[in-house]
Amino acid sequence: MPGYSDPGFDTLALHAGATPDATGARAVPIHLTTSFVFESSDHAAALFNLERAGHVYSRISNPTNAVFEQRMAALEGGIGAISVASGQAALHLSIATLMGAGSHIVASTALYGGSQNLLHYTLRRFGIETTFVKPGDIDGWKAAVRPNTRLLFGETVGNPGLDVLDIPTVAQIAHEAKVPLLVDSTLTTPYLIKPFEHGADLIYHSATKFLSGHGTVIGGVVVDGGSFDWDASGKFPELTEPYDGFHGMTFSEESTVGAFLLRARREGLRDFGACLSPHSAWLILQGLETLSLRMERHMSNTEKVVQFLASHPLVSRVGHPLLESHPSHALAQKLLKHGAKGAGAVFSFDIKGSREQGKAFIEALKIFSHLANVGDCRSLVIHPASTTHFRMSDEALAGAGIGPGTIRLSIGLEDPDDLIDDLKRALKAAEKAGNL
Amino acid sequence: MYLQVNGAQTYCYTGGKAFDAAKPTVVFIHGVLNDHSVWILQTRYLANHGWNVLAVDLPGHCKSGGEAPSSVEEAADFIAALLDAAGVQTAALVGHSWGSLIALEAASRLKDRVNHLVLLGTAYPMKVSPALIEASLNEPLKALTMVNVFSRSTLAAPPSALGPGTWVYGSSMALGKRVLTSNPKVNVFHRGFVACDTYANGEQAVAAITCPVLFVLGAQDQMTQPKAAQGLIKTAQAAGKAVQVVSLPVGHHQMTETPDATLFAIRDFLGH
Repeated sequence: MPGYSDPGFDTLALHAGATPDATGARAVPIHLTTSFVFESSDHAAALFNLERAGHVYSRISNPTNAVFEQRMAALEGGIGAISVASGQAALHLSIATLMGAGSHIVASTALYGGSQNLLHYTLRRFGIETTFVKPGDIDGWKAAVRPNTRLLFGETVGNPGLDVLDIPTVAQIAHEAKVPLLVDSTLTTPYLIKPFEHGADLIYHSATKFLSGHGTVIGGVVVDGGSFDWDASGKFPELTEPYDGFHGMTFSEESTVGAFLLRARREGLRDFGACLSPHSAWLILQGLETLSLRMERHMSNTEKVVQFLASHPLVSRVGHPLLESHPSHALAQKLLKHGAKGAGAVFSFDIKGSREQGKAFIEALKIFSHLANVGDCRSLVIHPASTTHFRMSDEALAGAGIGPGTIRLSIGLEDPDDLIDDLKRALKAAEKAGNL
Repeated sequence: MYLQVNGAQTYCYTGGKAFDAAKPTVVFIHGVLNDHSVWILQTRYLANHGWNVLAVDLPGHCKSGGEAPSSVEEAADFIAALLDAAGVQTAALVGHSWGSLIALEAASRLKDRVNHLVLLGTAYPMKVSPALIEASLNEPLKALTMVNVFSRSTLAAPPSALGPGTWVYGSSMALGKRVLTSNPKVNVFHRGFVACDTYANGEQAVAAITCPVLFVLGAQDQMTQPKAAQGLIKTAQAAGKAVQVVSLPVGHHQMTETPDATLFAIRDFLGH
């Protein structure tokens, strides 16, 4: 039974990591400062040498960011977190902390286009290769593992096809290969799934989306579950051997469960510098405080919209696990905290007809905003093949479950009847465009 | 670094500095389902301020081999053997929770070889409820959750071990699971709790020590409530020992909930 000492989700979302400071301010203050004054020379040296905990420079840590980090760790059931400039920065920080040139990643094909780009093009230039496998192809995951594989990676529900990642099975494959499983839980948030409970080792979010929830900020966060035994693996000298770049520290000796976070902060934030502004951290915290309320409304609105679209004659496919026809329906029921509706509020559907009809549909919408984002409190729409995923080949698009006529929706918090009216009107416009 | 103690590989964290037997030595002894890493901040500070630090993983825990101790007395004998193996003639002993009982018993046996004794989150007797002992054996994850709930006093610990962004509750949960699984032969959770529960030599031990003793208690500690340490404190005072008591406004895990105040209490005491 949750109580003060064993709080439930909403209590953690409001209180974890924060308590009124000396000013008595009830809300989390925004610490817009670059640096923090040392008490003495000894204090300064102790902070730099990890003898005492505290803040030195806001690229490395900041009190406002620390609240966000502790809160995310609490909500995910992790040991700690690091906030960064974006979801992409979180993915990059995770990878760069764990490996270098000559390493290999096995990743799901059902990824956000930016993640696919990073893995397929950019990291390859730095000597890190990725093999992509369909998220449900369990034999494919196993077969793709090589001796130099250092990470398995997928999205909890793939963007935008909503393929639910079989986290327990993929985690088992990862652990048999003595490497961790990293998941992108942006679309699910800790309210819809707790990936650590299913075997994931690291989680990251684009906090830009549902965590902040209001389309006002770019941010990211990576959370460590503290479960992966880097020493036992023997594949991560970055964490288990002395690092000349930080006091000759062997991170897995310093912290039995926190070696990843130690190196990620002490090297990754220090050297790559993709830190989060404290103001952005504060905006994300504002959203986080109402996460469960918003996600409930996102889910109920989505359920109504999915039902409407699934019965509309101009719609050939609705890609949400709420429908029994969706390939991840059963897995969603099994893994997600709220069953299939917990697959979230971002999904795609296909309009029968031409690209022109798809264009007419989008341009006729009045409440849905045509833009590149998801997880806003306002409803959003986009055509992935020409925008978010435009760099992907047709083959890669198909692997991600995206067709030329696929429309992606992010269902917001408006009155559901208004959303359905808007869609109804736009579908009518698409139908008319087909008759021209 | 690793030492051979009683024929087993024994891991000691040295605070990021090479071991130097010529310096004054502090031995840190962890509690049930913990390891050396709970002391990271305090040990790194002392190691960089003129002390020699040995934060041990008790036998059968995490990086240390050997048989996990079944009693406080057995563990105290191990501490004596550890000092011999390290070539340390005299040392300060710092123990937390179960480790505080081990430090106390070891100090009573080692007499003048122990120059300071620090007991954090201590109680005597350190009775563990039958339900918790039973759960530690048959439902260890449930028991681990109970222990961590009882050990915490805040949802907003200050920057702590690992630094800003650390969620100390989750960190303790993960460490407990890691320590539990580090020993596939023995349930070190249950064995440690039974050792705490059955230790009966506390009053004789505190009367037998020859060094000053510092009690560091968490005012909101629900695992080892401050009132449960008062008998031991009074016995030490009655026996004419040099006794200091520091009360910190936190729960059972003083090292992570208030790392600086814990460090300063230890540092100032050792400096006497």
